[in-house]
This record gives sequence, C-alpha cells and structure tokens, in this order.
Amino acid sequence: MSLDPRVNRLKLGDPTAVIKVEAGENWNVYEVFHQEKRGAHHEHVGCVHAPDPQMALIFAKEQFGRRKKCVNLWVVRSADILAFDSEDEDMFATNMEKTYRDASGFKVMEKINKFKQSKGTTNHVK
Amino acid sequence: MYGGGYIFDEPNNKQLREEKVHDEPEKLAAFEERIARGEKIEPGDWMPTEYRRQLIRLIEQHAHSEIIGALPEGTWITRAPGFKRKLALIAKVQDEIGHGQLLYNAAETLGKTREEMINDLLSGKSKYSNVFNYPAKTWADVTVIGFLIDAAAIVNQVANSKGSYGPYCRALERICYEESFHLKQGQDAFIELATGTPDQKAMLQDALNRWWKPIMHFFGPPDKASLHSEKLMEWKVKMASNDDMRNQFLDTYVPKIWELDMTLPDPALHKNEETGRWEYSDPDWDEFFRVINGGGPCNQERLQVRKWAEEHGRWVRKALMQPTEKHAMPVA
Repeated sequence: MSLDPRVNRLKLGDPTAVIKVEAGENWNVYEVFHQEKRGAHHEHVGCVHAPDPQMALIFAKEQFGRRKKCVNLWVVRSADILAFDSEDEDMFATNMEKTYRDASGFKVMEKINKFKQSKGTTNHVK
Repeated sequence: MYGGGYIFDEPNNKQLREEKVHDEPEKLAAFEERIARGEKIEPGDWMPTEYRRQLIRLIEQHAHSEIIGALPEGTWITRAPGFKRKLALIAKVQDEIGHGQLLYNAAETLGKTREEMINDLLSGKSKYSNVFNYPAKTWADVTVIGFLIDAAAIVNQVANSKGSYGPYCRALERICYEESFHLKQGQDAFIELATGTPDQKAMLQDALNRWWKPIMHFFGPPDKASLHSEKLMEWKVKMASNDDMRNQFLDTYVPKIWELDMTLPDPALHKNEETGRWEYSDPDWDEFFRVINGGGPCNQERLQVRKWAEEHGRWVRKALMQPTEKHAMPVA
C-alpha cells in the first residue's frame, strides 16, 4: 500500500516488468527564444522536446514563460540551426585588433586640441 | 531541487578505462588549460571521454532526481492545508518537472538520448537522489523537504553552476533562480508548524527526526570514501567535496532549526569552533548504500509509478509522433 491514494488507484503493474521507451518516442528537439519586452531581441533560453512546432510553442510557454515578463516566444527545430564549428573560433581572433572598425580607433580630440593650440599661438602673436 | 553530491557509478567500468587511454595527450592538455583559464566547454568542443561520461552520469542523475523528487511532494497536493499552500506546492512540483526537462536537455548535448536516459532510470541502471526513496508521511514531511532538502540542493547546485560545462551551468542558473522560491515557501511552512500548536510542533519534530539521516546522506559519503573526486574537481565537474558541501549546509541551516527550538536527533552534532567544522555521529552509511541499491522503503513504488506513466502515456506520444521528421540533439 502506498501513502498516496492516487498511486493506490493506479493499480501498478508487476515491479519486475520491463518497460522500454523506443528511440524517437520523446519526439524532436526545438530551440526556444524568449522576448522579454516589446522592442527587445528574442534571446535563446533553451530547448523543448515536441512532436511539431505548434506543440513546441505550447511546451515552451510552460517551460520558459511561466515566470517573470514574457511577451513572445519563438521555436525553431534544432536540426535547422546552422552554426560554425566551435573549433573554428580562431577566425574571430583578430576582431579585437581591428580598431579601425571601432569608434575608439579614431582620436579626433587629439587632433582638434592640437589644431586649437597651434591657432591659439598664432592668434597670440597677432 | 534536488541534485545531491553523490553520483552513483557502476563499479569496475572496464570499458571506460580502456577508452581513457586513447585520449590524445595534446588535446587533453589544451582542454585542461582551457578549464584552468576559467573558460566554459560547449557541446561541439573536444573533451576527454571520461569528462563526457562523468558529466552525462552527473546531469542525468540530477535530472532523474528532479522527476522522482516530484513524487513524494505531489502526493500532498490534494491534501495541502489551504489554498495558498496548494497553489505553491503545485507550482513547485511543476518547477521540479521543468528542471528535469532542462537537465535532460543539457545531458543530451553530450550525446545520450532522452529515451536512453529514461530507459536506464526504469531499469534501475541509473540512480537518483537517495532521499526520494523515503516516504513523505505527513504534511510536516513536505515542509522538511521544501525547506531542508531544497536548501541542501541549492548548496550543491550553486556550486555546480560555476562548473566547466556551459549547457549544465546555464540550466542550473535558471534552476537556482526558481529554487529560491521553493526554499522560501518551505521555510515559511516549516516556521508555521514550529511556532504553531503543540500538535504541530510534535508533528514537525517527528518529521525532522525521520528526515535527519537522509539529509545527512544527501551530499554523499565522506571524502575519504569517495572515489575519483580529484580529477573531477580539476575538470570543474565537481566543484566542492561532499564533506565541504555538507559542512556549508550544516553551518547555514542547523542554527535556523535550533533558533525555532526544534531539536535534531544527533546528540553529537555540534560545531567545533577551533576548526570551524561541524562534527556529528556516523549517519549509518551502510543504510545509505542499502537504500541506493534498491533496499529503501519507496524504491519500488517510485520506479513503478514512473513505469506506469511511461506505459500509459505511450499512446499519446505515439499518436503525435512524426517519424519522417529529422531528429537532432539540442544545440546548446
């Protein structure tokens, strides 16, 4: 007898019975993207198992939308995600050196100050 | 909730030892340097066979613990005292099932399918946290689980969330956030009984007395008896030793129990002020191993309920299956 009346009502089977789940029985995997507020990006938060995209959305709502702010969710089949191989990470290695792509790579104030200084000297002489 | 410090391993795993030899030393060195630098490992990265195997074992057993752990608490949903407690308990049990899903997904990124994990649970090959082989006899048991077992799990999970495997860390961050509600609602219900009528206090004391041993077992056997801990700590799979986590738990929570005038059934339990370590009597490790190997009061029922659920839910899963769909593992 179980302490749980619901368990007693189940009429549990033979404890030695072998129950096996077949491959694929837990469906497919969908990646979930969560939008916290209007105007924000959808951000990847995890994944769910589902038989199709519609069910994936329902499960995603249960799993990732039951707390805090959420205004929208996206799901996409994991198999449809194309990503670089993480071993190719070094192709981004020189990003930090490309200061010519960055505002910080251009020192306009230095030039302005230098110009003003030289002008100031000329004015003074005049 | 619920991951304990103890990760069951099959003794004498010979296949593993042979595979380990084949890890390329250069890749292994680069891998270990990466971890030493504090970088995370992601699913597509090269990793030692043993790292992968240990992580699958750890995360899978953590996932099973979430699913099985919902059973003793779920028992009390229909009988929870009052509407707010009922709502909170339903929400908590749903969270635990959700945590199981998050963790299964993290384990899947390492190459073991969901179905394989469920089959290993049902066959008894893969274990879950030992505390759930004990029954929740009264409402006070539910408050002890919600307060103290969740507290212990948080100690473990906060430590693990700083580990080296990215998908596991991300799952744990979300889990720890939700756990803070579990702990608080458990503590709230615990305090209500502790400060209530004499009957309520007696019921709580009885539950504490029965749960103290499983709680002491929660973080696993003493360090001196734990195998393969060193490598796992170097690889940041295991982030703190069993004894250290147990000590941290005792340090935070024993005072919270004592300040409510509740007692713990171990006269030897005290903090050694010189060493800063808690000392206690042997919590009967023979019982721990007996229970984890199937000899506990609820082992059989827990697995039977899981089997029942798998068997009776099968027609729904099959009706919805799309066999032509291309299957994949989670990406991250």
